[in-house]
Amino acid sequence: MPAATVAAQDLKTLTKQMRVDIIRMIEAAGSGHPGGSLSIIDTLAVLYTKFLKFDPANPSWEDRDRVILSKGHACPALYTVMAYMGYFPREQLMTLRKLGSPLQGHPDRRFLPGIEASTGSLGQGLSIAIGMAVAAKMDAKDWRTYCILGDGELQEGQVWEALMSAPKFGVGGLTVIVDHNNGQIDGPVSEIMPIESVVEKLSSFGWSVAAIDGHDFAQIEGALSAAKESQRPFAIVAKTVKGKGVSFMENVIDWHGRAPKKEEADRAVAEILRG
Amino acid sequence: MGKATREAFGEALLELAEAHPELVVLDADLSKSTMTQAFAKKYPKRHLELGIAEQNMIGVAAGLALCGKTPVLTSFACFLIGRLETIRVSAAYNDTNVKLVGTHAGLGIGEDGTSQMGLEDVGAMRSLPHMTILQPADAAETRQAVEWMLAHKGPVYLRLTRQKMDDVHGPDYKFKLGRADVIWEPSPKPKSFQATVFASGGPVPCAVAAAKDLLPRGFNVRVVNAGTLLPFDDDAVARFAADSARLVTVEDHNVTGGLGSAVCEAAAQRGLGVRVVRLGARDFGESATPSQLYDKYGLSAPHVAEACLRNLD
Repeated sequence: MPAATVAAQDLKTLTKQMRVDIIRMIEAAGSGHPGGSLSIIDTLAVLYTKFLKFDPANPSWEDRDRVILSKGHACPALYTVMAYMGYFPREQLMTLRKLGSPLQGHPDRRFLPGIEASTGSLGQGLSIAIGMAVAAKMDAKDWRTYCILGDGELQEGQVWEALMSAPKFGVGGLTVIVDHNNGQIDGPVSEIMPIESVVEKLSSFGWSVAAIDGHDFAQIEGALSAAKESQRPFAIVAKTVKGKGVSFMENVIDWHGRAPKKEEADRAVAEILRG
Repeated sequence: MGKATREAFGEALLELAEAHPELVVLDADLSKSTMTQAFAKKYPKRHLELGIAEQNMIGVAAGLALCGKTPVLTSFACFLIGRLETIRVSAAYNDTNVKLVGTHAGLGIGEDGTSQMGLEDVGAMRSLPHMTILQPADAAETRQAVEWMLAHKGPVYLRLTRQKMDDVHGPDYKFKLGRADVIWEPSPKPKSFQATVFASGGPVPCAVAAAKDLLPRGFNVRVVNAGTLLPFDDDAVARFAADSARLVTVEDHNVTGGLGSAVCEAAAQRGLGVRVVRLGARDFGESATPSQLYDKYGLSAPHVAEACLRNLD
């Protein structure tokens, strides 16, 4: 199935509604990670609506593109986009983290078709994505692999083992997106364990790199287009705001992993819809 | 003396490569030791060298498996188990078709010493859902275990020796998953036994030597090769406990978590009330020849014989 085309204006409306759903589903769950979900939702929305080849009616379609959400705690954003793309009804978003729900606290491929790999233990997703990209190359397939990493996740050693290996295997079909929101559980990434200069680090590891504003749809689209043309593995460092769209959550570390209470969720939703 | 099981593994990969076009082999700078070099040379497009980066190797293998490949990755047993959490999440929890091959198991690596000895790997692997654990005793069993492993869908851990192993199976040997085979017993078969020894991997020849030594001394001992450690042949434990005064286990692994634990668990769960004497490492190892270490750490034939006759605790 070709990717749906959505105009920039529509994306703004669409991602507003997606943000509302993220807030509501985490509120209903009573736990979860709003900050990193709100920072990555714009990129996911552009990726799924404008670039990704997939078929919700046939999630295991062989020639689909693969998405690995290595920062698995941001799954409320992924689930929301998947619901809008038709993988499951939107109402199901409210079952997040409940017994029997396919919407597990971190993505679980056993329960939700369309999840390519179960993730959540940070640092592991990129290696899996590289394996997938190598498999596509071995079989001369043109489907692509996208892997979304958190910036705090870059502190994991396995990520650097993986980053070192992708250029060796020449996997041009691989795109990494770093959600660079500078927040992690214990504080700002720049204080907990600085990763800068991440663009230079990735370049020196042999990747093509684009640094963008991860909330600017045109920039996201431009970078994803460049990635598609690249013969080398391509990394997009998306500068984002943790909790983007809700003023009292933005850049507040506490909202990395806590659910809004009803009154907070109502305020957040009102603000998102106004904005 | 026959081949090391790692050698038989390397030959089996080559033999089976054409029949398994989806087979891909991954290495982390130990292919000379894990015996995958011949495969890499003959099938360079189906071989990935990851360098000294086992976690990435495991994850890349998981990704390949999720796209229909049959990845076989190799390293020393100790270096694989050091990446347990990656094995747990990327390979096992994702229910992938990754085959993990850990060579140079246990004290049998010898002079390289403790940091290179996989002595806790089976214990950790045995606690992972979806995992299968194979430890063949000789070349014939290894060849068939590899064939089974490549045909099986799901994660498998294959544990192999650095040291050469005696051929313990006859020409009619047929590998069967989850079956502990009798590889030696007095003929004609006695009505009852002083002991049944469950052995796996490196010390299997020690168990056979002990049983042969005890026969002229008037003790009937049966030797069972536990080539599959998970799922374990609990029925065999019950069957042999019924005609044996005791069970002995011997493995080149810590006594906790491996073969000894598996036999004790089966005996306790079935309420068999049989004494189980466990031989295996109870500490870290050290540098020496494998046979010196098997002597010092209680795995050699005289130790097995002694365990058949008296309690060691």
